[in-house]
Amino acid sequence: MANFYIDTPQFKHYLQHPLMKRIVELRERNYADKDAYDYAPVNFEDAMDSYDKVLEVVGEICGDIIDPNSEAADQQGPTVANGRVTYAVPTQENLDALNKAELMGMGLPRRFGGLNFPMVPYMMSADIVSRADASFQNIWMLQDCGETIYEFADETLKMKYLPRIVKGETMSMDLTEPDAGSDLQAVMLKATYNEEEDQWYLNGVKRFITNGDADIHLVLARSEDGTRDGRGLSMFVYDKKNGGVDVRRIENKMGIKGAPTCELVYKNAKADLVGSRRLGLIKYVMSLMNGARLGIMAQSVGLSEAATREALSYAIDRRQFGKAIIEFAPVYEMLSNMRAKTDASRTILYETCRFVDMYKALEDIARERKLTPEERDEMKYFSRLADAFTPLGKGMTSEYANQNANDSIQVHGGSGYMKDYKCERLYRDARIMNVYEGTTQLQVVAAIRHVTTGTYLQRIKEYEAMPIAPELESFKAILAKMKAQYVEMAELVIAPKNDEYLDFHARRLVESAGHVIMGHLLLQDATAVPEHFKQSAEVYVLYGQSEVAKHYNCIINSRIEDLEKYKPQV
Amino acid sequence: MAFNIIVLAKQVPDTRNVGKDAMKADGTVNRAALPAIFNPEDLNALEQALGIKERFPESKITVLTMGPGRAADILREGLFRGADDGVLLTDRAFAGADTLATSYALSMAVHKIGKYDIIISGRQAIDGDTAQVGPQVAEKLGITQITYAEEILDIANGKIRIKRRLENGVEVVECPLPTVVTVNGSARACRPRNAKLLQKFKHAKTATELQSEDNDYVELYTARPYLNLVEWSVADVNADPVQCGLSGSPTKVKKIENVVFQAKESKRLTDNDAEIDELMRELIESHTIG
Repeated sequence: MANFYIDTPQFKHYLQHPLMKRIVELRERNYADKDAYDYAPVNFEDAMDSYDKVLEVVGEICGDIIDPNSEAADQQGPTVANGRVTYAVPTQENLDALNKAELMGMGLPRRFGGLNFPMVPYMMSADIVSRADASFQNIWMLQDCGETIYEFADETLKMKYLPRIVKGETMSMDLTEPDAGSDLQAVMLKATYNEEEDQWYLNGVKRFITNGDADIHLVLARSEDGTRDGRGLSMFVYDKKNGGVDVRRIENKMGIKGAPTCELVYKNAKADLVGSRRLGLIKYVMSLMNGARLGIMAQSVGLSEAATREALSYAIDRRQFGKAIIEFAPVYEMLSNMRAKTDASRTILYETCRFVDMYKALEDIARERKLTPEERDEMKYFSRLADAFTPLGKGMTSEYANQNANDSIQVHGGSGYMKDYKCERLYRDARIMNVYEGTTQLQVVAAIRHVTTGTYLQRIKEYEAMPIAPELESFKAILAKMKAQYVEMAELVIAPKNDEYLDFHARRLVESAGHVIMGHLLLQDATAVPEHFKQSAEVYVLYGQSEVAKHYNCIINSRIEDLEKYKPQV
Repeated sequence: MAFNIIVLAKQVPDTRNVGKDAMKADGTVNRAALPAIFNPEDLNALEQALGIKERFPESKITVLTMGPGRAADILREGLFRGADDGVLLTDRAFAGADTLATSYALSMAVHKIGKYDIIISGRQAIDGDTAQVGPQVAEKLGITQITYAEEILDIANGKIRIKRRLENGVEVVECPLPTVVTVNGSARACRPRNAKLLQKFKHAKTATELQSEDNDYVELYTARPYLNLVEWSVADVNADPVQCGLSGSPTKVKKIENVVFQAKESKRLTDNDAEIDELMRELIESHTIG
């Protein structure tokens, strides 16, 4: 009888953020759906009440079904036979429960049958599902591919596919190939247009495709003969009903074992073109990936939550040397850092969601009418922040998920190394989060320009201008010092105008910006709800202080010539 | 084919998560300390009803509950999961009812609903654990009953086929409609609340609730008639007040004791009348009953 939404009071705080009023108004077009749909909200309070109540259902399904199923889903895993994947029984049970609750297509507009939820409550669901079973979150979260169809496909394709997603058909995004992983420009899967039939056909191989036997696939393929780079790639939808794609094998992975990771063979598979040719990678995948990265952020937060809770409850129960191990300083330090990193991850997740919500809602309105100049500025402002916070957040939260999973085992001691305890699975599941949808190193590549162009610094100044509780002022002062160090580090690294040197220190700069930003966000949270955030805010600022000092020490003592010392001797 | 299904459901204190303050000093249940929930086996019953509706989509499910005003929660819960409508039987005169008075009141409400093919309820409620109300409703309506149901297998040619869970196995039985079915906790768990139905029906209220609470959505109740929950009194169901509530309840609680089980011995009886008579004599002599 657990409820993963109700037992985590932090959610309600983020749901009640002041910016939500504007987000919901934009998203609901001033509640215009209320006369056409019996489940549409009639005003802001009604919408908020609906999010709250629906999240309660998500929390209940996660607590009562998905979490209890997670161990068996991990152990049984999916199977493949005759080119088709069968989920493990518990995985199918999870899907059935969510389908019966009509929790698919949460973010899609009502005219397709969706719930029209903004990112904030939608990602809260992803966060909660992930705490219950990160591997299952992969399958469920792929519904987000529907967003790409909604944004870029024509009306016929939208009407063809979106209502099916809402009814529970599963999705996959088929991007990676054996020779095209991080470098998607190298995608080779061939798309051929048959003029007589007015039909596209796909041929080739995809690899590492999560949920690869889905009902509906988004496929990146080379539509332009003779091209070699990203500009020859287009986006397609493949419908499993038409046949032509078989699963050759499923990978035997370290973690997220409940989700099938497939190698796919395309043999003359019929497909529909999404949007315009040649924009597949440069426009659509970029948008798709931003959504997916937000999903992995939510997955990382949920996993951190699970790891932190497992460690805490074990540390309370486990007695050594005549007392509960939570009473030992090295253990409680670990636990409070875990909680602080989890809360820091969650606060940047929902901050990013709000930015995404703001610019996407305005972008969507722009499909219906011309935006006012003020609205256009607002959209640009939030779009830029979303662009800056997505890679920063994905990079840092996925690293924290790993650190927390690692520390969760450490708190468990030898028991944590055994399959008997959940933390063992969490550790395996976490390990992919800082790898897929772009490794942390690639997140840094995307984030560094917001160090050099000052997006992060500008936002930090905005946080500095926000009032906080008087008792937290001393922590704000620490953040001010950290910011000064960050500014100095950035100047030192940028000044030589050497790209390799910038790449070398980029992670340190991005992380430092992240510590200051998450520190400010937690101080804001602690000002609003001290009982839930004060400890995390204080512990996180202290943790960030030492991390930034470490980076600062490294950078002020660094010279371009030092790079030679690091180059492998091969 | 389509069936009219009535689900009998009860709001009960959640006795599964009993804390220290669950009982008052006088030995009665401290209802304030226990959250009020949908009786668990009634949820199993609702799921069976929803399963029938899935197979025969034109079927109609009405949730019927008797209780104080706040028992309207049970109707909303039913609607969130897929029931078509709900009736709250509520009246001061119903208060204090034992199983006899309850089944009388429910059967009168069933008469008032009129059309019914299948009446489904949980085997028993977790607050009283009597398992009497379902069977008594069947008796009062003069129709067949199937208890301990685990799964409704099939409905065809005016007959319903049901798998029953017995102590040592299962049996499949068949009976003509209409019938009363009581469902075991071992039956399939109820589906979760549905996100769209939840948003559609969350403002559903009884007339009493609308009068007694501040409501920001007053204008909705004329535009969306399905938000008005039906509420019936003793008079509405043409019930005899004497047979309702305390006055209609021969069961009297003499004393409540907290019992800690210590003896581990158990006795197995056959359905032999002599053995049962013997047991009754023993229980009466030891003042366990009577």
